[in-house]
Amino acid sequence: MAGPLLEVARLKRSFGGFQALGGVSFQVEAGEISAVIGPNGAGKTTLFNVITGHLAPDSGRVGFAGRDITGQPPHAICRLGLARSFQRTNIFPRLSVFENVQIAILSHERRAYGLWTGAQGLGRDRTMEILEDVGLALRAADPSGSLSYGDQKQLELGIALALEPTLLLLDEPTAGMSPQETRTSVALVARIARERKLTVLFTEHDMDVVFSVAQRIRVLHQGRLIAEGAPEEIRGLAEVKRVYFGEGAIRTRRAP
Amino acid sequence: MIDLGILGDPAFVAVQCLNGLTQAMFLFLIASGLTLIFGVLGVLNFAHGSLYMLGAYLSYTIASLFVGRPSAFWVALVLGSLGVALAGGLIEAVFLRPVYRREELDQLLVTYALVLIIGDVVKFAWGPDNRSISRPAILAGSVLIGGRDFPTYNLVVIALGPLVAAALWLLLTRTQFGRLIRAAASDREMVGVVGADVSRLFTGVFVLGAWLGGLGGGLAAPVGAIYPGMDVEVIAESFIVVVVGGMGSLTGTLLGSIIIGQLNAFGILFFPRFALLFVYVLMVVVLVVRPWGLLGKPHTR
Amino acid sequence: MVLARRTAVATAATALLAVPLGLPKFYLLLATEILIMGLFAMAFNLLLGYGGMVSFGHAAFYGVGAYTCGLLLKKADVPFAVSFLAAPVVAAAVALVFGLLCIRLTRIYFSMLTLAFSQIVWAIAFKWYSLTGGDNGLIGIPVPSALADPRALYLFTVAIVVLVGGLLWRLVNAPFGRTLLAVRENAERAEFVGIHVRRVQLAAFVISGGVSGLAGALFSLFSRGAFPDYAYWTKSAEVLLMTLLGGPYVFLGPALGAAILIALNSIVTSFTEYWPVVLGAVLLMLIYVFPGGVTRFFLVGPTAPARAPGEPR
Repeated sequence: MAGPLLEVARLKRSFGGFQALGGVSFQVEAGEISAVIGPNGAGKTTLFNVITGHLAPDSGRVGFAGRDITGQPPHAICRLGLARSFQRTNIFPRLSVFENVQIAILSHERRAYGLWTGAQGLGRDRTMEILEDVGLALRAADPSGSLSYGDQKQLELGIALALEPTLLLLDEPTAGMSPQETRTSVALVARIARERKLTVLFTEHDMDVVFSVAQRIRVLHQGRLIAEGAPEEIRGLAEVKRVYFGEGAIRTRRAP
Repeated sequence: MIDLGILGDPAFVAVQCLNGLTQAMFLFLIASGLTLIFGVLGVLNFAHGSLYMLGAYLSYTIASLFVGRPSAFWVALVLGSLGVALAGGLIEAVFLRPVYRREELDQLLVTYALVLIIGDVVKFAWGPDNRSISRPAILAGSVLIGGRDFPTYNLVVIALGPLVAAALWLLLTRTQFGRLIRAAASDREMVGVVGADVSRLFTGVFVLGAWLGGLGGGLAAPVGAIYPGMDVEVIAESFIVVVVGGMGSLTGTLLGSIIIGQLNAFGILFFPRFALLFVYVLMVVVLVVRPWGLLGKPHTR
Repeated sequence: MVLARRTAVATAATALLAVPLGLPKFYLLLATEILIMGLFAMAFNLLLGYGGMVSFGHAAFYGVGAYTCGLLLKKADVPFAVSFLAAPVVAAAVALVFGLLCIRLTRIYFSMLTLAFSQIVWAIAFKWYSLTGGDNGLIGIPVPSALADPRALYLFTVAIVVLVGGLLWRLVNAPFGRTLLAVRENAERAEFVGIHVRRVQLAAFVISGGVSGLAGALFSLFSRGAFPDYAYWTKSAEVLLMTLLGGPYVFLGPALGAAILIALNSIVTSFTEYWPVVLGAVLLMLIYVFPGGVTRFFLVGPTAPARAPGEPR
């Protein structure tokens, strides 16, 4: 494949006097599973917001699959094959679990605006397939607001997957999960990424997750990219820059 | 249609301007209460016009008890507005407290229900006919402005407006209560977290707002007629003032009142047929261009 | 379950058709009014219950529909079918213009702008004497002779309301309905699954406005006139109250609310002039005792919220 799948160039974004992104540039290759890490306030969520069109950058460029998507609205970017999950769960609380995923599928299949056919069973097979993948098939009829936090994050993932994206952006996908839930979730994402040849870019605080899954790691600090490379390289640097990592730290739970 | 010639008469213009200011001050009294309540409690109190109306009616009744005494008007004004303040406290405690945690729409509906109820209560207690009350003797005269008469009473009202505004400003900046109000207006949740008694604060603010509304009603009583239905008329204009000036901003409310007052005073002259439209068009323009009002702050409401 | 539902609907349908025809004229007129306001409320609820948007100015479309139909029939001698069908079209066009500006705002600002726009419509109707008859209103609208009889008009109303209501029902059960619900639940998330949120909201606004205009046209035929207070904010409050009383989370809820409110009004005003206080009391009961409306106990289907609306967040 010619060229990187995602390319951000010299992204800058300020809020009032505070500079959240101070000129961030990197590229993500297709098929890569990579991470962006950094302490709170480093600008990770702002970065994601700019990439997905939720925010326009003050300057700089975002390119996806060769197209310039800078400043495009989120729904248009989504249509191009970019899906995202959110840090705090962002679902449709009073709709059922089934409906949450179904709406994503309907949107993906360009059937979301149909005025006539009953929507009851549309996309049922695909929806159930996704729900099975994320382990929520049994809860399909429940209102999604009644799910536990961990399950809601799984649902988030399901919604993102339903869009059949080429690039999946996960904003702290395991935040607030128990170790068990984290393991399942990570295994799931890794498996699906392999099966569907997805490119995944995620942010995380849990270094276990990062180092076990990421093929490439980028370190953001105060709105700038301060390091980028394979996990071993970053880990080496990390010993030196331990002070920037705050909580989560390099105390990995498995033996080095 | 438009007779610009009348602009050539400076005395006339001056008097119209003063008419506009008089109306503006009444609006300010009501709207300031409305904006305080909205800023702190987050409730758009539809019933504020009803409180204004109650103020007028109570003034009327109390004054008629003291007919003939020169202090009748003032006693009525003070007691009447305090009565409305008391009513406000009851309303807040009984009707609003249960719905603070609910959606904004539910809160608005409660106040609308109160409009309906208070409206009928007034009609029942005082009857459907117009009432009137006369101006206090010392202010019954008029002042000559360039050969035209202008009621002294109205001049006093105009002077009262900025006085009330200044008093409120002092309250907000120099007292503990005022500081709490300003804190709550910018972040309601935090105020509770830092240990302030939010419940008492809310009641206090509502009482203050109600008092202002009742005061407005009492002061307006001698100027216009007192009738059931005055609540709805005035609340519509007050809403517009608050929207234009900025919800939650006291200076904005003052500015908005003056604008609306003058728009009404001069609009009637130049476009008598469509003067009614102006205030609504202004409201549309403000909401489209700058929804949080001239002096309001963008909210994440 | 489906059979029970279908039987219930069929019975209701028969009741609709048969009963008022046999009753004295008073009840026939009442039933006609209930049907018309029911349609208005269901149109309104497309925006409120399904779209999550609170409009304080829906009377504007209702009034525009009434005046369009009335003016075309009375002053321009336009054939009935055209006049009648022009009403929802014009109302929808007005809704498009208003909607483009209102949709950009959220929550209280959205509501206030809808109110401001509708007051402008009212003021125009109130003051444009030569066109609309000003505060006297447009009286003596020539209703086609086929509909002159109250029973004929009633049947016509039933036909229109059932037809258009049925179309609305199809709409809310179609993908568009689901999309609208998603936008209601979480507009930001909807944006991120590829939904063009503004367009969906605008479409709902226009459809809602158009059908409201149709209801207005029906009412202008019913009352043989069109008056400024068809566009006044109290009419908007009326339809809002009906919708909430019946329940915005069930499709027929608003229609039920309309029936209750109109029937109640009829009863109360027959022995006292103090209807507002009764309405106020009903409203308070609605808010404190059964939020979510009368139909909250029959919540089924995709619009059913996980918690009863009105429960604290």
